[in-house]
Amino acid sequence: MLKNFSLKSLFACLVLLVILLILPPILPRFYTYIFSSIFVTALLAMSLNMVVGHGGLFQFHHGAFYGVGAYAFALLLYKAHMPMWFGFIVAPVIAAFTGFVIGWFCVRSTSLYFGMLQISLGSLLWAIVFRWYSLTNGDDGIHGVPIPSSISSSSNAYYFILFFFVLCLVVMYLIHRSPFGMTLQAIRDNPARCSAVGINVRRHQLMAIVIATFFAGVAGVLFVVLEKSVFPDLLFWVLSLEIFIMCLLGGWFTFAGPILGAAITVALRTFAGIYTEYWTLILGVLLILLIFFLPEGVMGFFVRKFGKRGGEEDALGRGEHAEG
Amino acid sequence: MTYDLSAIGSQFFVGLSRSMILFIVTAGLSIVLGVLRVPNVAHGSLYMIGAFSAFSITKLVPGATGFWLALLVAPLVVALVSFIAERALFCHLYQREHLMLLLFTFALSLILGDLVKITWGAEYKSIMAPKFFDGSVSILGASIPRYNFFLLIIGPLVAVGLWLLTNKTKLGKIARAAAVDREMVGAVGINVSWVFAFAFVFGCFMGGLGGALMAPTISITLGMDHNIVIEGFLIVTIGGLGNMWGAMVGSLIFGLTQAFGVLFWPQFAIVFPYTAVVIVLLLRPRGILKSVW
Repeated sequence: MLKNFSLKSLFACLVLLVILLILPPILPRFYTYIFSSIFVTALLAMSLNMVVGHGGLFQFHHGAFYGVGAYAFALLLYKAHMPMWFGFIVAPVIAAFTGFVIGWFCVRSTSLYFGMLQISLGSLLWAIVFRWYSLTNGDDGIHGVPIPSSISSSSNAYYFILFFFVLCLVVMYLIHRSPFGMTLQAIRDNPARCSAVGINVRRHQLMAIVIATFFAGVAGVLFVVLEKSVFPDLLFWVLSLEIFIMCLLGGWFTFAGPILGAAITVALRTFAGIYTEYWTLILGVLLILLIFFLPEGVMGFFVRKFGKRGGEEDALGRGEHAEG
Repeated sequence: MTYDLSAIGSQFFVGLSRSMILFIVTAGLSIVLGVLRVPNVAHGSLYMIGAFSAFSITKLVPGATGFWLALLVAPLVVALVSFIAERALFCHLYQREHLMLLLFTFALSLILGDLVKITWGAEYKSIMAPKFFDGSVSILGASIPRYNFFLLIIGPLVAVGLWLLTNKTKLGKIARAAAVDREMVGAVGINVSWVFAFAFVFGCFMGGLGGALMAPTISITLGMDHNIVIEGFLIVTIGGLGNMWGAMVGSLIFGLTQAFGVLFWPQFAIVFPYTAVVIVLLLRPRGILKSVW
């Protein structure tokens, strides 16, 4: 399964990982926080890319599942006083279950109709969370979620998030390279032919949605670990389109592109946000430039320009490079 | 709990009048969807610009004249903005895939949102409807504010006007033909790019008109674009993509379920229209009326 994954890329990944491991003691706390935030966002973008980039589905409201994971985790800890590990296991499962239910309805239609049905179902979730004051505190959100003290400090949270980020990445990569992942990409490229050779297209798509929403749920949990709060904006459609942009920024068809896209977006929001309150203007201009000049994304551009030998597999190594 | 009939009646008419504004906004969205095949995420921003422009115009020209002028000029401001965006940027992208066009309109909405913030600031704004609209009218024993009554008249007028434009004029027929088969329209010697430009600008004009009409009934604020655009998408989807009468049906469903939601369960009023949309989409995934796609 890993035969295409060259030693050089593996080495680059390990070097990067070591760099990331020694960062917290030498970096100011603020940057530790930014990096943790990038990992959470990157995991979310990666999970979206599983269905959008590799699955070719119009998953327009992926943020809803991120929000469900985050809310499930926060409520389990805050209202039900469950132990942390229990919440950590159950919340992504709830997100995946939500993904299953919504996906089950969505895969019956295609392209834009798929997207629209998902937006409406996701918005329904948003509206409920936004209004159900007695459970979710409505638009105020929940603040001060009791995270165990062992992982609540910023550098411990960093290691915790990094560990699960890397773990999820490895699992996602294995899924991406597995027969299932390959079938999914084949369905993206030619659904009619796939169904002609006997592949159950809808079942594969639904399966991809469930897996992707599970990882979105994990990202939601990690968000709560980092921020210790949740608010309804996590389920709002604007966030979903932002994640979409991250995938575009990094490159749809590469594996690690969304990591780069998430890093660019988070960094832009943070650092442009210091100098100007109009950072979305900058993001919008950047996006338009990208659509005009680099439609395959930053990572896609690099892969095309320099990655002739290794093909797509090289993207992982190069991607982690570019991020560091 | 008991509800007296007149409360239900007036809530019905208020919901109906809100449906009319939704119809005007979503008809514009539907035109862009039908002809260009692009879900225009920036439509909400243009609606917001319509409302803010109406505010500025009523500030410049006080009194009732200012209000009527605003209804006329604000949509034109929006049309100008959309014309510039279309000719400068959007028209070069028509060959690209749908997802790119969608992301372009999202980028446009990000930019326009911040431009509105730069131009008008982040404070809440409000417009007073002219004195003429003070008080209320009673229809069948239900009393409704005069301004809502005015909207109830405007909505059907706009619908009839749109129908005449798309079915009885040459331009409308060309636009409808381009929606069905753009290559054929190009082959008979019509400049499809300009047909698209016209459809886009006209659709955005409708969004601006909706914003200006809505302005006296709400507080004008940043972020009003986000809600309308999601509502608009859902409405055109349940109505049938690109179908103008579908936009009407969808708006009625959305506006009325919301109005009755307010009456029966105020806390969860916004859940009602979304639930209605989900039910419709589960029963008829391609919308109630025939879509042009």
